[in-house]
Amino acid sequence: MNLSFEIPGLINYWIVIIFMMIGLYIVISHGNLIKKIVGLNIFQVSVFVLYISISKIDGGSAPILDETIKSYSNPLPHVLILTAIVVGVATTSLGLALIVRIREAFGTVEEDDLLKSERLDD
Amino acid sequence: MFEFLTPHQAILIVVIPLLASPICLIVRHSGIAWLIALVASWISFAIAINLLNQVTTVGPISYLLGNWPAPWGIEYKVDTLSAFVLLFISGISSITLIFARKSVYFEIAEDRIYLFYTMFLLAFAGLLGITITGDAFNLFVFLEISSLSSYVLISLGSSRNALTAAYRYLILGTVGATFYVIGVGLLYQMTGTLNIADLADRMPELSDTKTVLISLGFITVGIGLKLGLFPLHVWLPNAYAYAPSVVTAFLAATATKVAVYVLLRVYFTIFGYQIFNKLVIDELLLVLGLIAVISMSIVAIFQTNIKKLLAYSSVAQVGYMVIGISAVTVTGLTSTILHLFNHALIKGGLFLALAAIFLRIKSVKIDDMAGLGKLMPFTMAAFLMSGLSLIGVPLTVGFISKWYLILATLEKGWWPVAIIVLIGSLLSIVYVWKVIEIAYFRPVPDKSSKIKEAPLSMLIPIWILVTANYYFGIATDYTISSALSAAKELMGVAL
Amino acid sequence: MKHFSVLRVISKLMIPVILLFALYVQFHGDFGPGGGFQAGVIFASAFILYALIFGVHYARKVIPSSATRILLSFGVILYTAVGIAGIIFGGNFLDYNVLGQNNIAGQHIGILLVELGVGITVAATMITVFFVFAGQES
Repeated sequence: MNLSFEIPGLINYWIVIIFMMIGLYIVISHGNLIKKIVGLNIFQVSVFVLYISISKIDGGSAPILDETIKSYSNPLPHVLILTAIVVGVATTSLGLALIVRIREAFGTVEEDDLLKSERLDD
Repeated sequence: MFEFLTPHQAILIVVIPLLASPICLIVRHSGIAWLIALVASWISFAIAINLLNQVTTVGPISYLLGNWPAPWGIEYKVDTLSAFVLLFISGISSITLIFARKSVYFEIAEDRIYLFYTMFLLAFAGLLGITITGDAFNLFVFLEISSLSSYVLISLGSSRNALTAAYRYLILGTVGATFYVIGVGLLYQMTGTLNIADLADRMPELSDTKTVLISLGFITVGIGLKLGLFPLHVWLPNAYAYAPSVVTAFLAATATKVAVYVLLRVYFTIFGYQIFNKLVIDELLLVLGLIAVISMSIVAIFQTNIKKLLAYSSVAQVGYMVIGISAVTVTGLTSTILHLFNHALIKGGLFLALAAIFLRIKSVKIDDMAGLGKLMPFTMAAFLMSGLSLIGVPLTVGFISKWYLILATLEKGWWPVAIIVLIGSLLSIVYVWKVIEIAYFRPVPDKSSKIKEAPLSMLIPIWILVTANYYFGIATDYTISSALSAAKELMGVAL
Repeated sequence: MKHFSVLRVISKLMIPVILLFALYVQFHGDFGPGGGFQAGVIFASAFILYALIFGVHYARKVIPSSATRILLSFGVILYTAVGIAGIIFGGNFLDYNVLGQNNIAGQHIGILLVELGVGITVAATMITVFFVFAGQES
């Protein structure tokens, strides 16, 4: 495998992997609830990039019927990702809404403090 | 009059609750919202019964959305397995909804009750959709519909810990669903299709490629998060413990079961059981299942909150289902499918009984249960009888599924596994007994002498489930034949 | 921010254009790029802009919470109703072909109504989400 040839050609997939790892790392490692949501968003974006990269054909155009256009990129993944984006927005807003309520109830959005007060309640 | 609807049952079962949910949001009246939810759920239940009958007599049903032909459009597909799962989801939901009215009045602020039913219906429609759809991406959409609404349902719990439980479930649930989408994306990259049947057709020639194996890994982890597969179960105990009682009963009985259904679908319909020769996921599942059974049962023994106790027991029970899958035989799958149904009845009964207890004593702590055997005899008897079913005493449904699981393990020659399954049952005796002992053999404390039996509108649904626990434990033909033919379909064995 | 006259005037000029553009994206969605999701978000952004400049309190008067609640359920109901209309006219769920005189007319009517439903729901949802967060007492 010739790496110098492979990496530029697969740049999209490398970006997917990098985003995915950054996102997951933030979700796992950060104690701040809002940062976790940010991480989750980065993680989801990596999937969006993955789908869009899959659908792209070299020299392919948007799916518009026209005699001059010979090859089309696959439009289906775009639609799927539109749905996934909507799901992502819903998740983010629900997550943030929960954070607002958590902040009202506990007075903090830091995981460590939350764990302490949760144990007290139990 | 409604004959023209018969060919459309496959879509109506999902659309009716989906349509009822925004109507609940508009009417904004707690009583009417409850009625709408109840009616929608019972209609879905009736359709599910009809569908299962139809599938067993005529064979699988396929429904094309918008009449677009199958690999391009979204197809809804009902085979024995999905009809069976649809049946118990809608059944449990219908029964919990009868129960819900009083319990929800007690646990949720009056001005939020209509929102509760809106979300309940959405979660219900999502679960049905996951089960019925024949399209891998549509499955993700329904997965998120049901998950998002269940996060909301959990956060409605009365304690503030419900909020953090819902938040953690949201994070892990979203990670899980996203893993599933990555897996589906990789499959789409390889096959160019999202239709489950079409994917299955193209899989044999691709099953050697790394992409397909990686996608299998992603989907396993993603769905594993949803079903509370050990060690991905960390969200589950708190989510169940702090959710409103009705929600706990509903989710414990259906949500993880649907995730197991997705796992079965992905492993055996899309990839085919031959995939386990290429990637040893079956042995991984076996080990995780065994650890789950033993460790979670032991953890359950030390819980003081009964809801948490039962939640850990749920994780252990998921272990049994996963062991059944890992056997990759018809008997193993039969035991898993049976346990899906049976565990829904068992946990439905236990959590509903617990909800009735919570209504009266306002606590689910084990020490506050003292003397309840005398104060709430019918509720406690229901708890005891469902508990016996959880242990797997003969004549109960719990016995049937464990019997099949042990048969499956012995068939494979895994007698140590059979022993561990039995040890798991012994451990479950300990934690069920803990509750029973305090409820029946401790004297009634003075402060709780005024506690009355639960109202009839709660006792009836509880006892329906308890009766079902024993009915299907004795008259086993219906469930076993359905589970067996579903297992045969999954394994590709001639019926 | 309503003390800044530049912002106030510009936003007042922009809001009708945004709304019009949203309607264009909405109803042109079956021929060109566009559709309910995008149009709904653009439509909502006009209200969000108004709320940012003039305050959530005044924006709430324009579109009270009861209106958004009903609209967001109405969109879903419209979508499902189109689907069920397909069944009633003898096709499958969401079968647009049977809705019109011929298949093409049916497809037009179907996709227009479905996207309208999506647009209404998305707009109402985005407005609700923004107002709920912005209306929080800190």
